[in-house]
Amino acid sequence: MAPIIEGRSNEREGIVISETAYVKRNYSLTGPENQRAQDRGIASAEWYATPIPRKRMKELMQRRNLPAIRDTLLWFALMIGSGILAYYAWGTWWAIPAFLLYGILYSSPADSRWHECGHGTAFKTSWMNEVVYQMASFMSLRPATPWRWSHARHHTDTIIVGRDPEIAQPRPPIWRIILMDFLRLYAGPRDIKRMFLHSFGIIDKEEKDYIPPSEFRKTFWESRFYLLIFAGVVFACIYTVSILPAMFVILPSFYGAFLLLVFGMTQHLGLKEDVLDHRLNTRTVYMNPIFRYLYWNMNYHVEHHMFPMVPYHALPALHEEMKRDCPPARRSLWEAYKEVISALLKQGKDPSYTIVKPLPATAQPYNYGPTITGDNRRVQ
Amino acid sequence: MSELEGWVEACGVDDIDEEDVIRFNYGDRSFAIYRTEDSEYYATDGFCTHERVHLAEGLVMGHIIECPKHNGRFDYTTGKAMKKPVCIDIKTYPVKTKAGKVFIQMD
Repeated sequence: MAPIIEGRSNEREGIVISETAYVKRNYSLTGPENQRAQDRGIASAEWYATPIPRKRMKELMQRRNLPAIRDTLLWFALMIGSGILAYYAWGTWWAIPAFLLYGILYSSPADSRWHECGHGTAFKTSWMNEVVYQMASFMSLRPATPWRWSHARHHTDTIIVGRDPEIAQPRPPIWRIILMDFLRLYAGPRDIKRMFLHSFGIIDKEEKDYIPPSEFRKTFWESRFYLLIFAGVVFACIYTVSILPAMFVILPSFYGAFLLLVFGMTQHLGLKEDVLDHRLNTRTVYMNPIFRYLYWNMNYHVEHHMFPMVPYHALPALHEEMKRDCPPARRSLWEAYKEVISALLKQGKDPSYTIVKPLPATAQPYNYGPTITGDNRRVQ
Repeated sequence: MSELEGWVEACGVDDIDEEDVIRFNYGDRSFAIYRTEDSEYYATDGFCTHERVHLAEGLVMGHIIECPKHNGRFDYTTGKAMKKPVCIDIKTYPVKTKAGKVFIQMD
């Protein structure tokens, strides 16, 4: 057996765990890592949670309609306003910034509204969550039912290799996919392909790992409905002999997607795999009020993962309760990006590289789970 | 803790706030005991039927308990699954109060 560098003392002092030898891992849910995670007891496991008094947690969990109704009406108003600008700018150079604005306002909030309403926490009233969820799912090109189950698994097994279908990047990272997804050119076609398969009654093997059979029928009909809308938009383009209809529906999910990727890349990249503590695999980043509006406070991502029943509007307050127990939040998007890009570059050369931030003296120790480092070292 | 005629004392009536839930472990079993706004008491299995997450960390809203991990919901008065990802109903248990104590009847 080759000597194993534990890296434990490095973690205590700062930043990096690096092991000398690394076995390239299979991130598929249908590969051997799935069973391996179950065998190691890190699938559907119990995760660390910051102790917060029950009375305070109940206050933080309370649902309200007003913030989400206000934010949703504002979103619609911004989309309509920018859409009118874009419509009248069509045929001029002004159409480029106008559609860029429209695309951002279409795509970025659609992603965060999809997310929050999928959890059922955005609004107090259930049907409001469901209506916005369905609409935002289409706008994000994420069929509502499969993605509901995908995201539930993401919360059960966050960044557990072989279990989590929403791991953004393997180690080493695939830069081609990152660059393509600034225009959603990887994830978009993948989801559209799945829609076609669903419409023919086919669920791929990966999806079968997290979608229960009782949800298949709903999945099929949803995709057929989405494709019907696609067909309507294509017909409108042919009828008007213009791409303009698609510039308002469907295409914004691509050309307006870059900001949601910018936000999304801060969530988990560069951090640890196969641990049972969201403080180790998730990142909280301070953002300006505009970004926080677009992202619905998902920059408080450690907080969201540890306590997903807390609605978006209470996440800043939850952050105040938790920060004594968490590594310091990254002070800006820029600071987070320096960390993420640096980590991805290093993982390109050394896939075992991960960032572990030191905890404040008031924090409980990290919970690494059954193994210290994710057990991705070569054992000979 | 006393056991009388199949009923097990779970907690005092004031150990649970109104519209809240607590955890009650008995042997190797775990339960969630609920108190409504009208101070009626109910009991279900402790762990969600979707994943092994204890409902006592969740949010009580009227007769609904929301799972703290995936936001699935049950009507805890009937055990009926109300919101995905919860698909399977949860088992409920008869509850009675006597002399300031909450008792549940196990099978």
